[in-house]
Amino acid sequence: MANTIDSKIPQGPLAEKWTNYKAHQRLVNPANKRKLDIIVVGTGLAGASAAATLGEMGFNVLNFCIQDSPRRAHSIAAQGGINAAKNYQNDGDSVYRLFYDTIKGGDYRAREANVYRLAEVSNNIIDQCVAQGVPFAREYGGLLANRSFGGAQVSRTFYAKGQTGQQLLLGAYSSLSKEIKNGTVKLFTRREMLDLVIIDGRARGIIVRNLITGAIERYFAHAVVIGTGGYGNTYFLSTNAMGSNGSAAMQIYRKGAYFANPCYCQIHPTCIPVHGDIQSKLTLMSESLRNDGRIWVPKKKEDAEAIRAGKKTANDIPDEDRDFYLERRYPAFGNLVPRDVASRAAKERCDAGFGVNETGLAVFLDFKYAIQRLGEDRVRERYGNLFEMYEKIMAQNPYKTPMMIFPAIHYTMGGIWVDYELQTSIPGLFCIGEANFSDHGANRLGASALMQGLADGYFVLPYTIQNYLADQIQVPRIPTDAPEFDAAEKAVKDKIAKIMSIQGKRSVDSIHKELGHIMWEYVGMGRTKEGLTNALAKLKEIKKEFWSNVYVPGKADDLNTELEKALRLSDFIDTGYLIAIDALNREESCGGHFREEYQTQDGEALRRDDLYSYVSCWRYQGEDQDPELLKEPLDYEFTERKTRNYKE
Amino acid sequence: MDKTINITLKVWRQKGPKEKGHFETYNLQNISTNMSFLEMLDTLNEQLVAKHEEPVVFDHDCREGICGMCSLYINGHPHGRDSHTTTCQLHMRRFKDGETITIEPWRSAGFPVVRDLMVDRSAYDKIMQAGGYTSIRCGAAQDANALPIPKPDADEAMDAASCIGCGACAAACKNGSAMLFVSAKVSQLALLPQGRVEAARRAKAMVAKMDELGFGNCTNTGACEAECPKGVSIANIARLNREYLKAKLKD
Repeated sequence: MANTIDSKIPQGPLAEKWTNYKAHQRLVNPANKRKLDIIVVGTGLAGASAAATLGEMGFNVLNFCIQDSPRRAHSIAAQGGINAAKNYQNDGDSVYRLFYDTIKGGDYRAREANVYRLAEVSNNIIDQCVAQGVPFAREYGGLLANRSFGGAQVSRTFYAKGQTGQQLLLGAYSSLSKEIKNGTVKLFTRREMLDLVIIDGRARGIIVRNLITGAIERYFAHAVVIGTGGYGNTYFLSTNAMGSNGSAAMQIYRKGAYFANPCYCQIHPTCIPVHGDIQSKLTLMSESLRNDGRIWVPKKKEDAEAIRAGKKTANDIPDEDRDFYLERRYPAFGNLVPRDVASRAAKERCDAGFGVNETGLAVFLDFKYAIQRLGEDRVRERYGNLFEMYEKIMAQNPYKTPMMIFPAIHYTMGGIWVDYELQTSIPGLFCIGEANFSDHGANRLGASALMQGLADGYFVLPYTIQNYLADQIQVPRIPTDAPEFDAAEKAVKDKIAKIMSIQGKRSVDSIHKELGHIMWEYVGMGRTKEGLTNALAKLKEIKKEFWSNVYVPGKADDLNTELEKALRLSDFIDTGYLIAIDALNREESCGGHFREEYQTQDGEALRRDDLYSYVSCWRYQGEDQDPELLKEPLDYEFTERKTRNYKE
Repeated sequence: MDKTINITLKVWRQKGPKEKGHFETYNLQNISTNMSFLEMLDTLNEQLVAKHEEPVVFDHDCREGICGMCSLYINGHPHGRDSHTTTCQLHMRRFKDGETITIEPWRSAGFPVVRDLMVDRSAYDKIMQAGGYTSIRCGAAQDANALPIPKPDADEAMDAASCIGCGACAAACKNGSAMLFVSAKVSQLALLPQGRVEAARRAKAMVAKMDELGFGNCTNTGACEAECPKGVSIANIARLNREYLKAKLKD
């Protein structure tokens, strides 16, 4: 394995890199594609679109998911929309502008070449989805409608009510279903990857656990693609699904894949606030709400206190006593500042004692003004399903009283390091979608996750993987009784046996909640050197607690939901450690990573380009040893790095 | 402070598809009414694990009403009594102090029980594989605005497409029919020009697969629509019947 980082960015002007790459890359001819097996782990936007497209091309695809159906993947829950540089609104959008907004939104911590390619293929995604029958919102003239999202001054977001992720995922799922029918894709549901098999330095297969029978199974392929999403559930409470986990990423990290920028976690400003100890997850209220909702807290502390005590309600506070703090601090972008900025501003107000809800940990998102301007029907048409969801959870009617929101962990920009070809540092192992680190820098803009997942799966990986597979056509299928498979399976079985044998006193969830508290407290929205050092010590204790005191009932070779959770938690603990180590190393504030020591006088993030303009790539050094840091320098050739400014 | 209630649960426990199931009774104290129904089941499972008993197995994932993974018959209704609500969105404030709540898996020939409250819904995937798609190849699409689509058609397609594939429709149907599920996909694609090309083939293939997998016939009782957590309309079934008939007449 090489010690230097080679991102394999093609030469040439920014706008020509991808075109040149495609023109000169190696391809696999149709007869040979049939001879090549590709494993795709995950059936979200990235995984399903990749599996379907590779199948269409004629490769032999094996596709795995942990749920009962590919359609359950958590991409389905994305609400607001998907960005593309179509410029259908004639408001001055272009590929360059989408590229620029994404680079700037990411606080200049993403690779220019990757982001430009993302912006370039964004338009193809919309074409592809419409052809699949995705029912995007339309105008009365029959053309596609758009709305705006944070961090942009154009309307480039395509949407399907508040269910865009669902419709895009069902589109990818339908293409996947077509390929399953055609026999190019073989689907394996309720299977969880537990390890990667490497033979002669190349990824050649995976070990999975059949979640119904508990059996350990082996699968070979010429190349392995990981599309298993992010690691937000390290924090226990997040907007992720209950089953979302970062285990596949940790498995390949332990096998030598670099983990990049783990500290870049996105905290979404508009989530329903926490209500109690038993809460299992947090629910996101789409960013699209910030198009028409106005965010505020009381101007007077005594009003905030009265609301917290239940003596006043939001509607008792007259307009002149409301502090629309985003509009006040960021006049140019107002309520549509990027997520990291909006989250920190909410925290700042709550820390200063102006928070609402019983806990003081919430701010108002008010639709009174939109209803006055547009009427209740228009508001219902735009956000009806979100308002219903809010009412079910909070038992309050957001048409009559403002919503209460608070930031929550939502997305992870960090992830497995990949080069321009989306290949990890292990040859033959690729990583796509949220699971990789590549396109969002230190902060992701709204409606860009769907764009990136589908870009990787439909339009990037199916090309770049061929450049790798072109010289693999002579490699015969390796039988799964090879010694490397034996060894990987044994390691998995040993780990499971060890967990089953602990028979301690703590439930998996109780330890996971403790992990979540530490992560949110010390590795959350505001991080300090002291807090992070403290967190690292506590995380070591949690790890010890898990491996000596967890209790898992039932048997290993049977359906066992507690064992599934325990295996994931063992990886979340290691992920948490990695996040904290990375956050400690990065002595600057950028995007989703805010170190309190590094802020400007008005409390904005202070980036230190002279010292930290690099991708932190962490290399595994063995159990209980701190990983080694490798740096991929980020050279900005085509854009001038500026301090992000959403004020003017 | 949160209001709390005490409840009694009668939960269906079944070791495997071939084994005999039975109801088990559990008492839960001090359940916060702000809890979701699944958080209440989490609480039950934490208590079972603490007693070294095996937790109740149930499917769930996103817990925001969109993935379609959660199921459950609650007091005889798929996803509980509330309309337009999935089990994960149901909250304990909808139950009374002292209430007995009966929880069962989907009861339908098409969805065999895997364990306890978890069922096998792979039949829905198989129906989709029979024809629930347009045969577009990635890279071959024309510009997205090349074909204007009247807004009412697009909106109607969106309403049909909001199906989450949870299986409540077949579970609610006395005949165990999957017609609402099949018709939602057939309608979505039949309403859009992109889907028209293969409309006849799709309607025939999906209906044939549904019949083959042991789902029953539709007798228009409307139970599916009443229990659908997404309010998918049975007007879609009428459209499916038209599409199917048209396709058959052409043969």
